[in-house]
Amino acid sequence: MRHQAILCVLLTLLLGATFWVTGLGQVGIYSTFTYGDLLHSAWAHFKMVFIAVVIAAAMGVPLGVLVTRPGLSPLVLPVIGGASIGQTIPSLAVIAVMAPLLGFGLQSAIFALVIYGLLPILRNAYTSIKTIDPAVIEAAQGMGLTRMQIARKIELPLAKPVIMAGIRVSTVITVGTAELAVLVGGEGLGKITLTGVFAREPLIILQGAAPTAAMAITLGFFLECMEKWMTPRGLRIKRC
Amino acid sequence: MIRLEKVTKIYPDGTEAVRGVSFEVVKGELCVLLGPSGCGKTTTMKMINRLSPVTTGSIYVDGLDNSAMDENELRRNIGYAIQDVGLFPHMTVGENIGTVPALKGWTKAEQRKRTQELLELLRMKPHEYIDKYPRELSGGERQRVGVARALGGNPPVLLMDEPFGAIDPITRLELQNEFLKIQQEIKKTIILVTHDIYEAIKMGDKIALMKEGQLVQYAPPADLLFRPQDSFVAGFVGADRGVKGLQLIRVKEVMWNSPPTANPDEKTESARKRMEQQGLDWLAVIDREGKFTGWAFASDTQGADRVEEITKTSTVAVGRNAVLSEALSLMLTSGSDVLAVVDQRNRLEGVVTFTTIQDTMREAVQKGVSS
Repeated sequence: MRHQAILCVLLTLLLGATFWVTGLGQVGIYSTFTYGDLLHSAWAHFKMVFIAVVIAAAMGVPLGVLVTRPGLSPLVLPVIGGASIGQTIPSLAVIAVMAPLLGFGLQSAIFALVIYGLLPILRNAYTSIKTIDPAVIEAAQGMGLTRMQIARKIELPLAKPVIMAGIRVSTVITVGTAELAVLVGGEGLGKITLTGVFAREPLIILQGAAPTAAMAITLGFFLECMEKWMTPRGLRIKRC
Repeated sequence: MIRLEKVTKIYPDGTEAVRGVSFEVVKGELCVLLGPSGCGKTTTMKMINRLSPVTTGSIYVDGLDNSAMDENELRRNIGYAIQDVGLFPHMTVGENIGTVPALKGWTKAEQRKRTQELLELLRMKPHEYIDKYPRELSGGERQRVGVARALGGNPPVLLMDEPFGAIDPITRLELQNEFLKIQQEIKKTIILVTHDIYEAIKMGDKIALMKEGQLVQYAPPADLLFRPQDSFVAGFVGADRGVKGLQLIRVKEVMWNSPPTANPDEKTESARKRMEQQGLDWLAVIDREGKFTGWAFASDTQGADRVEEITKTSTVAVGRNAVLSEALSLMLTSGSDVLAVVDQRNRLEGVVTFTTIQDTMREAVQKGVSS
């Protein structure tokens, strides 16, 4: 409850700031972006994030789960390690390097976001399976459940919440990183923020940054609810 | 029912976990695989349901070579309970127990009926527990559900790997006793792995003692204690094998079935005479309904008129199914060398004396040494 109240206050502040700056119409020698611009950019931003996260999840979840399979354990280090190293490269560098490689445009932006958003999804998918109590799996095998039955009836339900958490973290990160996508030809709220940066006008930076943060908070909250909803009832109970 | 023939297990890295083990478990018997950790007992057990494949040798379950069967089909007919239980946390107690019945394609109604039966068998109220989740249970309750789940598909064979391991000593004792009672009812062929010699002696019809992957001795508990095959066995069962042996014998096997009694209204004189005739210095005092009330001792008879006046009231007694170690412990704590055996309504069924226990053990040890 407290957690949600804090989110509400934060969201109100951020949206308030956005409306306030937009309402000013003019700051210094610059005119602020209109509500129309704002809405258009926010929608483009969301679309970009959505596509990137869907692709990252479609790649990361199966890959993360796959490397937990007994025969594929040699792949754990290259896959998880590789993704971890990818994450240590500054997001700006990942995005900047895409333009010369893939050309200027939305595809480069999305590609960069996918790479950057992959790690949390991959890592959570991997740990979600790895952290299942080995006794649970042994018992299932001992009772004569087939591999597929174990995957479907035991591993997947137990892993779901952790996988969802990975997708949530990735989404929140990607909303932020997507600000920079505009540098390689992407769309989105980054356009407004960067305009502010180049114009050295803090209020215009705020006009782009505040709705971005609001979007991150909202999506994070929404996905957290989904996560709770997907958690099997038996796991919601605190251990006694 | 279960036969192992020269079973050997060598891991890919070259470790020889089990070497040429052969033994047979008769239908309805409980066989304990006993040994220090790393002796290969768990591996031996896991080869029976093929959780661990054999390297050479064969295992027959109910006459059939287990390597010829579909492994999942095989496992659905062999109950499996492990120390860490491994209940499925996202399923209710009912769903957990119903796992194998569901796999076997039983109807929902049959599954539910079986689940209720098993909960009752393990003394858990079905309506209270069936919809609970594992996280809502105590350690002992989880172990019970684990055992119930292993029995789910009504398998003829049960494999148990330290099923009473991860719980406190009091609950463990309770579960062991209950399980023995259940086993008398269900008569499954059971292989139980443990490193606890007391558990082995208490639970096993036969004990297979293992050391470094080899079977050292396969024998009933009494033979293991009193006829150890070599110094390893003797060392493993310990110098206190006499005390451990007390767990093997039940009170009913050695008790005095019709001990001399007196009732409270009897004249002291006639009671004293009876003690003299029997060469005893005590009589068990029982009331009209046959309930045990206490003891009358020869040393107190002087100058008393009726037995009632000299009765030393006592409530210390054992049941006929108690083991001798329990009886001895009661004697030691109550400071008496004679103990009443009573039924559930406290009616006197017999008497155990310290001398009886001594004689029984001496006999057992001598039998072991002489053969």
